[in-house]
Amino acid sequence: MRRLRYILSRLVKAGLVTIAVVLLSFFLIRLAPGDAATVMAGQAGYADEAYMKSLRTEYGLDQPLPVQLWKYMAAVAHGDLGTSYGRGQKVLDVILERLPNTLLLDVFALVVAMGGGIWLGGLAARRPGSAGDAAVSLGSMLFYAMPQFWLGMMLVLVFSAWLAWLPPFGIETLGADYTGLRRVADVAQHMILPGMTLALYYLANYARLTRVAMIETSEQDFVKTARAKGLTEGQVARRHILRNAMIPLISYAGLQASILVGGSVVVENVFSWPGLGTLAYQAVGARDNPLLLGILIVTAMLVCLFNLLTDIAYSIADPRVELT
Amino acid sequence: MSFLRAFFARPQTIAGFCIFFAIAVLALAAPLLFPRGPFTIMGMPLLPPGAPGFAAGSDVLGRDMVAELAYGARISLLVGIASTIFSIGIGGVLGAVAGYYGGVIDDVLMRVTEFFQIIPSFVLVMVLVAFLQPSLGSTVIGIALITWPQVARVVRGEFLALRQREFVAAARTLGLGDGRIIFGEILPNALAPIIVVATMMVGSAILTESALSFLGLGDPNLMSWGSMIGGSRSAMWVAWWTMVLPGLCIMVTVLALNFIGDGLNEALNPRRGR
Repeated sequence: MRRLRYILSRLVKAGLVTIAVVLLSFFLIRLAPGDAATVMAGQAGYADEAYMKSLRTEYGLDQPLPVQLWKYMAAVAHGDLGTSYGRGQKVLDVILERLPNTLLLDVFALVVAMGGGIWLGGLAARRPGSAGDAAVSLGSMLFYAMPQFWLGMMLVLVFSAWLAWLPPFGIETLGADYTGLRRVADVAQHMILPGMTLALYYLANYARLTRVAMIETSEQDFVKTARAKGLTEGQVARRHILRNAMIPLISYAGLQASILVGGSVVVENVFSWPGLGTLAYQAVGARDNPLLLGILIVTAMLVCLFNLLTDIAYSIADPRVELT
Repeated sequence: MSFLRAFFARPQTIAGFCIFFAIAVLALAAPLLFPRGPFTIMGMPLLPPGAPGFAAGSDVLGRDMVAELAYGARISLLVGIASTIFSIGIGGVLGAVAGYYGGVIDDVLMRVTEFFQIIPSFVLVMVLVAFLQPSLGSTVIGIALITWPQVARVVRGEFLALRQREFVAAARTLGLGDGRIIFGEILPNALAPIIVVATMMVGSAILTESALSFLGLGDPNLMSWGSMIGGSRSAMWVAWWTMVLPGLCIMVTVLALNFIGDGLNEALNPRRGR
């Protein structure tokens, strides 16, 4: 019951954030020089006063700002993010078409970062001061200081240009038309470089956090108690140490989400990954403002959703947490 | 004196300081060293590093990479420092007011900073810069706008802790106004963590700027490390240096700033440790 109320309150918060993003995008549109009418007239190559006026009436641009805001909010609430200037398609449809690719890449990066980081951190915690330990600290320091897009290009240089092990761009081999398992393997191969580019910095950080948390937790009294009860080392490590050490990791994952989404915009562009990031870049180039704002709104909602999930995971890992 | 000794106690800090100093000198001296600017074609395209007259090679158009890197340093440092100053200005004032007065102002500010933690800030800054037209000014404004909440949180925390202290009560008894107490009494005592955050922020602003100009959202009339990498995408397969060198410059600069930040943290907050 308490958990249900907690989840509900988080849902309300996520809703408020979404409304705030929609409000923000409404005012961002007005920041751009000219309005939708000038853009469309420009595309039509035709801009006499009467035509512009009819366009403004058609799109409600001649109405007072609060009325326009109300209409915009109502449309977004119905899932109508407007029509893409460049493509003539509904913004939501364009976004939904690309969304799975971005989710695939982000989830892969997150799993690699968390899984690999926890594994490496656990290893380092068993032997503090070892070479692996130093490598983890060095890695998190270097990966933090380098631009992600550059790391991606360096990986392409090494693994595609020099070693020729992995494909440098795209989501699958063009023109190969693989089906079934062949296709899955093909996509997986294409996903390694962009996924690692996104994951490496976080992997190093998860390893660092896991190491500290595991060492601190294993000195606690309840771990001694667990050992005294006669549990095996593996049971102690998994059930007692790791579960408690997970708590700081989960809150870090929550903080990571919005940066991960932002990072994938740049990384997708490096690897021509057909997701929301390359779409955002194309929208900037084509001055496709409705599409750009749609991407901002959808990605913000995605981060809200992810934060909700980490909050719930947090409350499961640590039942003592205040569920308010 | 003791501050300087503490600051320079660690070799990383000394290295960071020297590297940063060298890059700053290079940036400032660029117009003297390379009076023809970074855009002039100086020879054959894609000459490897070490070719006569091209210590760092030449790029796709035959421009001198050393000159480009030097002018790029100007933009990176300028954007990094300017956006941090704006960010500290906005975040500092709002954080101070929220921490000092508390109540509704504080609640509102905390909600706003939470909002900025959730929205994908790189997407927001991309939209902002695209809408305002890519230029030095819009880059600085965009970066400041997504980073000030970070500063506000730190400053608010300091003010919350310091406003309970005796010296603040004493200042109030003396009849000082709120403005005098906030800026004259509490702020000087809260400077240490602000300085540390600011150093780190210059580094992350440089990274954001490089990503923007890599995507072509930088000022087209200025040479920047990010746009150098973006411009060499087609050439990287045959001329690695056009892509590797500007990236190394970014990494070394950010690393140096982080070392300086760590050193400042140790020197200014010895008790907090890490």
